[in-house]
Amino acid sequence: MYGNAYIEPDSELAAKMAASREEDPEKLAEFEARIARGEKIEPDDWMPAEYRRQLLRMIEQHAHSEIIGALPEGTWITRAPTLRRKLALIAKVQDEVGHGHLLYSAAETLGKSREAMINDLISGKSKYSNIFNYPAKTWADIAVIGFLVDAGAIVNQLANAKGSYGPYCRALERICYEESFHLKQGYDAFVALAVGTPVQREMLQDALNRWWFPPMMHFFGPPDTISVHTEKLMRWKVKMASNEEMRQDFIEQYVPKIWELGMTLPDPALRKDEATGVWEYTQPDWDEFFRVINGDGLCNKERLAVRRYAEENGRWVREALMNPIQKRMVPYA
Amino acid sequence: MTESLDPRIRRADLEASPASSGLKQNEHWETYAIFHQDKRGAAHEFVGIVHAPDPELALVFAKEQFGRRKKTVNLWAVRSSDIYTFQHEDDDMFSTVPDKNYREASGYPVRKRINKYLFDQKEEEASKA
Repeated sequence: MYGNAYIEPDSELAAKMAASREEDPEKLAEFEARIARGEKIEPDDWMPAEYRRQLLRMIEQHAHSEIIGALPEGTWITRAPTLRRKLALIAKVQDEVGHGHLLYSAAETLGKSREAMINDLISGKSKYSNIFNYPAKTWADIAVIGFLVDAGAIVNQLANAKGSYGPYCRALERICYEESFHLKQGYDAFVALAVGTPVQREMLQDALNRWWFPPMMHFFGPPDTISVHTEKLMRWKVKMASNEEMRQDFIEQYVPKIWELGMTLPDPALRKDEATGVWEYTQPDWDEFFRVINGDGLCNKERLAVRRYAEENGRWVREALMNPIQKRMVPYA
Repeated sequence: MTESLDPRIRRADLEASPASSGLKQNEHWETYAIFHQDKRGAAHEFVGIVHAPDPELALVFAKEQFGRRKKTVNLWAVRSSDIYTFQHEDDDMFSTVPDKNYREASGYPVRKRINKYLFDQKEEEASKA
């Protein structure tokens, strides 16, 4: 799923920018020239400390989002309405956990262990996509998540797949391939309700209203402030599109598909300016966004408690299998 | 914490589970490189890694992660630390002379030489006659 389009800003940014100024100028120039030529950076290549740090942060948050994202969807596995929907949902949730694994592997090539990443997730130090701090209240929520959240993730991930770090791009290629199934099965479940009985339509409309505002409108993050820092991340092909560009791309592709079915979105200001081609919409409450990402959402506590429960209750199995002579190494690719 | 919407999570009784003591280094074991084969006789191709305590479980995890979707007839698991490799920064050792056509069949234009020989022969005979 679930590109975490919004990457939490770096509080130690100033220090790191100072550090990056101290990078060997010759190596830095060669590094930037390689990226400008469209070459991929591989794990054992020289890279600026700030590039490594930003990428690690981004890939790690993306990985966390995949495994946390499996939780709201998993909520409905036991109550899927038909066997086929249940098979599809189980397959999708398994894919999401697999994506988490692929992304943790990509992050590991940058030198951080998976154990350290999971510790940072459980302690709250490391973030994941805010959208999963909202509850999936009905089956229609699963249809809306499978359709719109996965659509948003594809917009984000297709952009990132053109980035500069080889292992991340390769993980995203496989992920995007699987996402196309997720999106299509979500759209199918969405349409099934939209063309169904009045009660089904009402349930779908209710889910749409809750997921559009604020989660989907928060999904890509607040409009970027254009800073020297953002420009550098774009030059290094860490960030491939601005938050607003991705949001516009998402709205352009998916709002017509919702309206076509006679469903509505809870934003009276939502319209396309035909002259400029730009979509207008009501800005969501960005204070809520920051409140939720810092722990004060409906589901933050439960999501992390489930993760902690899994790690703590699985420990005896891991220890029983432990081979005492093994040693840790950073994987080659 | 509000009550979970997920019946499985309600049953798990999260409040009663122990506080996190944190994962220790290596608690997720070491890594194995996985090589995927899509048909008999084809080369096994590197597709990614899994964390596993031993080679048998590495194959079990690899089957889930790399064999669940595309066609698979076989997988190899190799402990990452058992792979020997050159460093990419030394890749200049693989560069040789820029023109390697002495290694290629196309580097030997035999027919050209024969044709010239045959042409010269014909000329010579013509001049004799």
